[in-house]
Amino acid sequence: MSQSGTDKTEEKTANALASHRRDKLRGSESRMNTDRWFRRICVMVAAVSVIILLFLLGSIIQQGVPSLSTTLLTGTPEPDPSQAGAWPAIAGTIWVCSICALVTLPVGIGTALLIEEFKPRSRWGSRIFSLIQLNISNLAGVPSVVYGILGLTAFVSMFSLFGVDKNGIQGFEVGAKYFDQFTNLASDPFLSMGMEGVEERYFLAPVADRADPPTIPKQGMTIFEYQNDQLNPVKISVVGPEDLPPTDPVELSLAIDANALPGRISEKAWYYFRLPFGRGVLSGALTLMLVILPVIIISSQEALRSVPSSLRDGARGLGATPWQVIWNITLPAAAPGIMTGSILAMSRAIGETAPILIIAGIVYIRNAPHHLMDSYTVLPLQIYNWTSRPQEEFHSIAAAGIVVLLGILLSFNAIAVILRHRMQNKIN
Amino acid sequence: MANQSTNAIEASNLNAWYGDFQALNSISLQIPKNEVTAFIGPSGCGKSTLLRWFNRMNDTIHSASATGDLRLGDIDLLSSATDVVDLRRRVGIVFQKANPFPKSIFENVAFGPRLHMKLNKTELQDLVEWALRKAAVWEEVKDRLNAPALGLSGGQQQRLCIARAIATGPEILLMDEPCSALDPASTLAIEDLMDELRSQYTIVIVTHNMQQASRCSDKTAFFFEGKVIEFNSTEKIFTTPNAKQTEDYVRGKFG
Amino acid sequence: MTKHLDRELQSLRSSLVEQFGIVEQMIQRSVRSLVERNSDLADQVIAGDAQVDKTDIYIEEECLKLLALHQPVATDMRWLVTVVKTNSELERMADLACNIAERAKSLSFLPLYPVPDEIHEMVSISTRMVRDALDSFVERDPEKAAAVINEDDRVDALNRKVIDQLQETMRQTPDNVEPALHCFSASRQLERIADLAENIAEDVIYLVEGTIVRHKHDAFLDSSTNE
Repeated sequence: MSQSGTDKTEEKTANALASHRRDKLRGSESRMNTDRWFRRICVMVAAVSVIILLFLLGSIIQQGVPSLSTTLLTGTPEPDPSQAGAWPAIAGTIWVCSICALVTLPVGIGTALLIEEFKPRSRWGSRIFSLIQLNISNLAGVPSVVYGILGLTAFVSMFSLFGVDKNGIQGFEVGAKYFDQFTNLASDPFLSMGMEGVEERYFLAPVADRADPPTIPKQGMTIFEYQNDQLNPVKISVVGPEDLPPTDPVELSLAIDANALPGRISEKAWYYFRLPFGRGVLSGALTLMLVILPVIIISSQEALRSVPSSLRDGARGLGATPWQVIWNITLPAAAPGIMTGSILAMSRAIGETAPILIIAGIVYIRNAPHHLMDSYTVLPLQIYNWTSRPQEEFHSIAAAGIVVLLGILLSFNAIAVILRHRMQNKIN
Repeated sequence: MANQSTNAIEASNLNAWYGDFQALNSISLQIPKNEVTAFIGPSGCGKSTLLRWFNRMNDTIHSASATGDLRLGDIDLLSSATDVVDLRRRVGIVFQKANPFPKSIFENVAFGPRLHMKLNKTELQDLVEWALRKAAVWEEVKDRLNAPALGLSGGQQQRLCIARAIATGPEILLMDEPCSALDPASTLAIEDLMDELRSQYTIVIVTHNMQQASRCSDKTAFFFEGKVIEFNSTEKIFTTPNAKQTEDYVRGKFG
Repeated sequence: MTKHLDRELQSLRSSLVEQFGIVEQMIQRSVRSLVERNSDLADQVIAGDAQVDKTDIYIEEECLKLLALHQPVATDMRWLVTVVKTNSELERMADLACNIAERAKSLSFLPLYPVPDEIHEMVSISTRMVRDALDSFVERDPEKAAAVINEDDRVDALNRKVIDQLQETMRQTPDNVEPALHCFSASRQLERIADLAENIAEDVIYLVEGTIVRHKHDAFLDSSTNE
């Protein structure tokens, strides 16, 4: 019974297969048509995006290249469009992005190594790890403005952990020297009226502590004048309210009022550091780190995961410790992949505007940053600034700025691609 | 204590698990020194598991655990106090798939010595040459020591891996199906190599290829479902095996 | 072929060649003991058989081991099969030599009896056949093997001659029936030794050419001579 049953099923199956084969041959014409159309649609879609990109690039270059000049690269952002430059913004971009890279790569790669190479043994450990993993994946999708606000709280004001004293001075700092700045009597136009050769001069009195009360001018006090990039001691005379101001132009220019109120200024060394960070380069870089860290971690994880475990086994089998395995085998093998991810992330960091806008604010910056806490601006911000101006000339300068930004981006990528290529060549 | 001089590894009543699955069931066997011992058996019979316990490659598998007694000389291989790094220097392993590091040929062989020994440049070069010669691959690579190892053929890569394993000066060489991914000519080269090495090293080879076990080994252990069914001289196993299961397996009736 | 197998085959080959030498010597000695009525020599031959038997078993075991462990193919397989057969034929030759030696011992108790001259010739031909069979095996030379096969006819002819002579002797001098019977037996053994040498030669042809020529000599020999 069952025997004949199986025979019947077999026969049926064989017939079905045979008719299916015939059908297939008949249907092949229409299937090939579908194939052709699908391919055409794909080509069209791809072409549209490429054409849009080419159009954008073309219009930017057409608008921007004529305004490209050394003034643009080295000048400061002047109100006169013909003299406006973007050097502070370019320098700011370089500063922020280099610091961002320096901070992010170790943290990101380290995190990826921890998650991929040191998987926890205990149940709780793996739960914590999967929680971390979940967070990282979610953070990758958070809008960058949110990171800007986070950076503002976490880095700029540091949750106001360092209180504000009565002078409005916050927290702790190193590498700053304070001076009280006096102007001479000659800067009073009434006193110097009608005199020849009287110039406005500024004198600086060192202050021991930034919280000290303002210096009271005294006869014979140590005071300096800033000349030729250095501080030179000068002798000044103090003119009391009852005294007559000197009539000699030279003496007048070296005299200050006994009741003069100085302005407190500071000179900051290249290693100037303060807590909280304030709206400086470091805050900006750390905020950008928050933005790109998830991307770098995820791409590094991916790269580490793609290293065949047989390589790790091989090294382990030769008696390598976990650290030796990672340093000698896993990391070098994963390096090209890690670099690709990092390049993409850094490109994003270079173009990022929103968090920087929140951290740095729209400040008019004339100098490249000198230390980690210095205020700064970045190219996208500068471009944004220029495009919001009414003058037409600024718009073409903005276009030129975009060309520069693209140039920086592309050269950055090119260097990384070349590095990666070299590395891969060495391996294979 | 005469045993200690003739046996490289001794297992007695060894049980091993992956999680709840018992992979080895009270294994007792002695791996003789300076001989080739083959482990044969169908897939999942525990032969690779046992091999991986010999140099603690199972440490990375979190669910792996073992009880019983497993000794290399006077070293307790199951103790967590055992210096795994030193153990792996003394017990080298060659894997199923050739896994040269993505480095130069020279760097591949020098990798182990660099980890364990302080050698100057010429000493290192001599050692690398020695290992490559021993692994019968020197003639083929001597002109391109700085070329990437991944550019070699499969058989050469596997011999390079053997050179890499013997460069650390192991006493025991574990081979986990070293020829399963190789063509017949390369397989032959590796088998000849094992024949050369047997006088100085204790070799344990896991293989799915019964002919290979019969060709190259002195002793053969037949594993089935986590147990050693029969452990005897290879000649005995392949001519007149004691157990029915062994007979069926070597005749190709299952597995 | 792995070096391992290569080495084993080499050692097997030298064992077999050695065995050949011993058996050849046994044949010569046994006939000498017969002709010279030297029963000491005959004893030596009989004593030597134990060693030959031992070697026979050793070689067979080795062959079986190699067949089981290395699963040889093509030439290696044919070679091993040839060794198995040649080995057993050698052992039988040794047994026959012992038989001759026993005839010689029995003969030595009887009155002096002239051994037919043809027996000497038979001995020289059959020992040469054994030697040539060995050479053809060692050199894998089918021509030489064919020559050995051809020689066998001469031994057969000589054997018939000897038997005729012995019949004549027995008819004329009935006293000599017993020694003549011993002689007859020895002659028969020699003839069978030559047959075994012929078998070996046939095995060699199988070894080299892969064809089994047993029972169809003519076809093979004709074709080989025609070529």
